[in-house]
Amino acid sequence: MTALTTGRRRRPSHLAPWEERPSPVGRFGKGTLIVVILVVVLGPLYTIVLTSLSSSATVTRAGGLVLVPDGITLEAYRQIFSDTVVSRAILVSTGVTVVGTLISAGVSVLGAYSLSRPGSFLHRPLLFSVLLMFVFFPGIIPVYLMVSGLGLKDSYWSLILPTAVSAFNVVVLRSFFMNIPGEILDSARIDGAGEFRILFRIVLPMSKAVTAVVAMFYAVGYWNAWFNAMLYMDDTRRWPLALILRQYVVDSNPLPAATAGVTGDAPPTLAIKMAIVVIAVIPALVMYPLVQRHFTKGVIVGAVKG
Amino acid sequence: MGVLTTRRSSGPATPPAPGRHAKPDDLTWRAKLRRDWPLLVMNLPMLLVVVGFWWVPALGNVIAFQDYNPYTGGIVESPIIGFTNFALLFQDPQFIRAIANTLSITAFQLVFYFPVPILLALLLNSIVSARLRAFVQGVVYMPFFFSWVLVVAIFQQMFGGAGLLAQILRENGHEGVDWMTNSDTFILLITSQTIWKDAGWGAIIFLAALSTIDPNLYEAAAVDGARRWRRMWHITLPGLRPVIVLLLILRLGDALNVGFEQFMLQRSAVGSEASEVFDTFVYWSGIRTGDLGYGAAAGLFKGLVGLLLIVAANRVAHAFGERGVYSRS
Repeated sequence: MTALTTGRRRRPSHLAPWEERPSPVGRFGKGTLIVVILVVVLGPLYTIVLTSLSSSATVTRAGGLVLVPDGITLEAYRQIFSDTVVSRAILVSTGVTVVGTLISAGVSVLGAYSLSRPGSFLHRPLLFSVLLMFVFFPGIIPVYLMVSGLGLKDSYWSLILPTAVSAFNVVVLRSFFMNIPGEILDSARIDGAGEFRILFRIVLPMSKAVTAVVAMFYAVGYWNAWFNAMLYMDDTRRWPLALILRQYVVDSNPLPAATAGVTGDAPPTLAIKMAIVVIAVIPALVMYPLVQRHFTKGVIVGAVKG
Repeated sequence: MGVLTTRRSSGPATPPAPGRHAKPDDLTWRAKLRRDWPLLVMNLPMLLVVVGFWWVPALGNVIAFQDYNPYTGGIVESPIIGFTNFALLFQDPQFIRAIANTLSITAFQLVFYFPVPILLALLLNSIVSARLRAFVQGVVYMPFFFSWVLVVAIFQQMFGGAGLLAQILRENGHEGVDWMTNSDTFILLITSQTIWKDAGWGAIIFLAALSTIDPNLYEAAAVDGARRWRRMWHITLPGLRPVIVLLLILRLGDALNVGFEQFMLQRSAVGSEASEVFDTFVYWSGIRTGDLGYGAAAGLFKGLVGLLLIVAANRVAHAFGERGVYSRS
């Protein structure tokens, strides 16, 4: 798709000698298709970001979402961060994401390493108990009763513990750990290193990329989670951002426990709604490029292909 | 997607990895325990979570066989009523509707979603410029990392009653549309949401398969006079076939799962007629109306049928010579 105009006679360097020159119609069609795909993905994000940065006058003039920029203002964001409900929700989501990711990644790395040694004590039953999570889900209601029974309703732990271990991530880590040559680990063992030292000094440093990807998957999961919060969090002061997004942006309901501020009785303005959407997107956009190169490096695909 | 293969633990076919614990099976369990206790310590946190939020709830499904009342009896004293809850389920028109909706959504998406990542992978693979390709890939993978709440919010802003499309239509003197509350077009709506969010990410596995096709095949075919489309038909598609077959089988094994939050989030907007699926039924009949035993029965039914489907799908995958989600080892 290089748009460079190569001379009619000269063969583009990227074409193999046997490959025919792409037809103009084919190139045009492919180019159009790519542009359409990019617009479909990026277009909504563009207008949402732009609307969140527009003044209410601009939004009114546009009759809704803003497509053409007309003065940029951070007013909506200023209102959000001066409002206790939304900024508290951002804080809750951030806290749950950070703590949850640390716990999940830690538990999964330890667990995956403990399962990476066939023939060890109780290896098969322990592995089996994790693999069962793939094929059977106990059901929403028994998990709900368990969480309530532990007294975790309205506790932040209800947003972390039920989803703390993802069998998929454990298996990805485990298959990566198992591919580390046994000779390396054995030589460490002969030198007197214990399992913990082997894990933290040898195995983890060799598995930085896959650990980063797994941690990112956990982080994205915690940040995005909505259903568990809907199920367990009755106290609106402890709501994470996903619930605010649903209640306030999708359903346009004012928040029940709203104190004074933007989320009070007045219906939310479009710019503020869109600013909340943007804030909810940002973590994914920030984390994504950090780990994206690992996708292409094949960590995920390699792990998935086993 | 042999993520569950227990390669080195596999039976007599694979000898124990050389150098790693020679003759592992000759040790007594005491000796093993003495040697492996640090591994058990490492396993403990995960075991606690798995026991607490998988095993105990899985066994807690006994309430599906009870006239469960959390206040008067709890799980110990609530009377056992056998399969009454299950019998009631199949007389409940809403449950039948949930089954019908789930299966028709799966069938619809098999036709209209499943091919999209394949076509997208073919398109991405045909982009010659490496930089443009990386850029397009980066863009189409991105929505996978957005939450369903966000995707629903974004779609609402585009296609809702006050959304961009309605806004543009009204400006041009047409009537506005509201696709977010229209139960007739709901299946189109959720399928386009799924395509927007997941198709890019779904293309990764096909791209990986494409990259393993031997380029010499293309050259040989070209020398023999096969043009672009014939090469696609005779080389590219056969190269993708194993992955396509495998993912198709796995999708069928997962037929009862059509997405979870996506439906929970939109059920009230479009009504339960079009949007009731297994998971929403379990939630509304169990937790919302408080009939926990009944809801648990629906959940257990789904879990067990899902289990059967996955096992069956893996049998089929093995019969095709693929590895499936798990291999028997």
